[in-house]
Amino acid sequence: MLKVLKSGFFSTIQDTGRYGLLNKGVPVSGQMDAYSASKVNQLLENQEDAALMEITMTGPTLAFDEPTFICFGGADMSVTLNNEPIEAFKIHAIQKGDILSYGRLQKGFRSYLGVKDGFRTKRVLGSRSFYFPLTEKSHITDGMEIEYETISDFTPKLTALKVGALADETLLTVSHGPEFEILTHEQLDVLFDKEYSIAKEYNRMAYQLQENLSPHQSSILTSATMPGTVQLTPSGKIIILMRDGQTTGGYPRILQLTKDAINILAQKKYGDKIIFKNS
Amino acid sequence: MEWPAQVEEAILEDIIGYISVLNTKIDLSHWELVPAYNSLTLINHKTAVDFDRFRSDLLAWYAQGYSVAKTKRYLWRLPVCYDLDFGIDMEEVSQNLGLEAKDIIDLHTSQKYTVYGIGFLPGFMYLGGLPKKLEIKRRESPRLKVAKGSVGLAALQTGIYPQESPGGWNIIGNCPVPMFNPNWDTPCFVSVGDQVQFYAIERAAYELYRIEGEVGIYKLKKTPIHA
Repeated sequence: MLKVLKSGFFSTIQDTGRYGLLNKGVPVSGQMDAYSASKVNQLLENQEDAALMEITMTGPTLAFDEPTFICFGGADMSVTLNNEPIEAFKIHAIQKGDILSYGRLQKGFRSYLGVKDGFRTKRVLGSRSFYFPLTEKSHITDGMEIEYETISDFTPKLTALKVGALADETLLTVSHGPEFEILTHEQLDVLFDKEYSIAKEYNRMAYQLQENLSPHQSSILTSATMPGTVQLTPSGKIIILMRDGQTTGGYPRILQLTKDAINILAQKKYGDKIIFKNS
Repeated sequence: MEWPAQVEEAILEDIIGYISVLNTKIDLSHWELVPAYNSLTLINHKTAVDFDRFRSDLLAWYAQGYSVAKTKRYLWRLPVCYDLDFGIDMEEVSQNLGLEAKDIIDLHTSQKYTVYGIGFLPGFMYLGGLPKKLEIKRRESPRLKVAKGSVGLAALQTGIYPQESPGGWNIIGNCPVPMFNPNWDTPCFVSVGDQVQFYAIERAAYELYRIEGEVGIYKLKKTPIHA
């Protein structure tokens, strides 16, 4: 059992997502930065869909009561094991009673903590990804206990990986959305290859941008959206849907981020810059 | 894939018929099909797709046509308690529309609404077919919390909030039947293309159905629709 001593700002359990119920309004959910998460699982030689803890901005303090092996990576946070600093994308052996603490966020926004064979929270509709109220919890809370397998014997093939920091990347590769053609020359002139800043409204559902395009009057009948869909509101606000985003929407869908671009955006926070790049 | 941008039963029928064709042509463990109003979105999470080739396949399958849709579709009768405790905007709606609450309830329960889409939240239905007399603008400022089960009006739409959420619709009642439950074999009993008709219930029936819904013994009232 992993005990949450201090929950920090906002951490959830996430796997690769919940599929098959988009036509009933159930978002995909899953890891926001699937790239960093998959590297952590690779090092632990876990299944691709092993559940990790997604840690946002200010991390938790966690106590392990059984041996296992852990690995973490993504955002750069000062992580200590029993008060000793430890490195990201490296396998660390855990003993009963060990305390893992997350310190200050240095770079990026989301970090992933994996244990050997993954966290064993309840699977709901095929996924352990937190999404309230499908799952009982929306995020981890003080005192919560999370199950994992007791493993004292594991010889990893690789003990460390060099993983590039997505936080340094700003280019979001996009393809055209279904309503791309509503964009005027004036809007197109400023949409690509120019810096946009992340607004204060950003979470697992969507990221809004500070700079607006010019207003428009185009409307569509409600239609499907997915993670990475870029919507343009009538007032010209740009909204990028993320993993917990709604499955349908009524705003024109002007662009679609690639999977890599979603991972990059997942590491951005208020004020960070991004640039849309045509694929 | 898009059809003409109109809210029309004939278009929805065509989309549902086409889905019945696709069900026999594509691997549904890789694809999700999301119908809504005049569009059908095909999403593949797992495998790379040769877009141009798949596009021409889709058009060819569409051109082949389909025999009458085999998909089973239902009319669901859902209870709504229009008590003012639940219908927190009923008085305002009544003033704005110049209708008595009783007339609003009669109109709202008189129609069979078509489910044109499910989205926004798990189990949220976009219902079309609201009587013109009930057309009303969204609230000026959305509420941060709308109670689970709230039945609302906005423009020419009506619907049920399947869970507590922010929302800007005008709330006239509450439906005690849960619209989505991850523990059911079928987490959401309604499908796009089904119909919904509301009927008014008293407070006592509401409390009973709510408890039955929570423990999973509420008996849904459904009738098959023959196309």
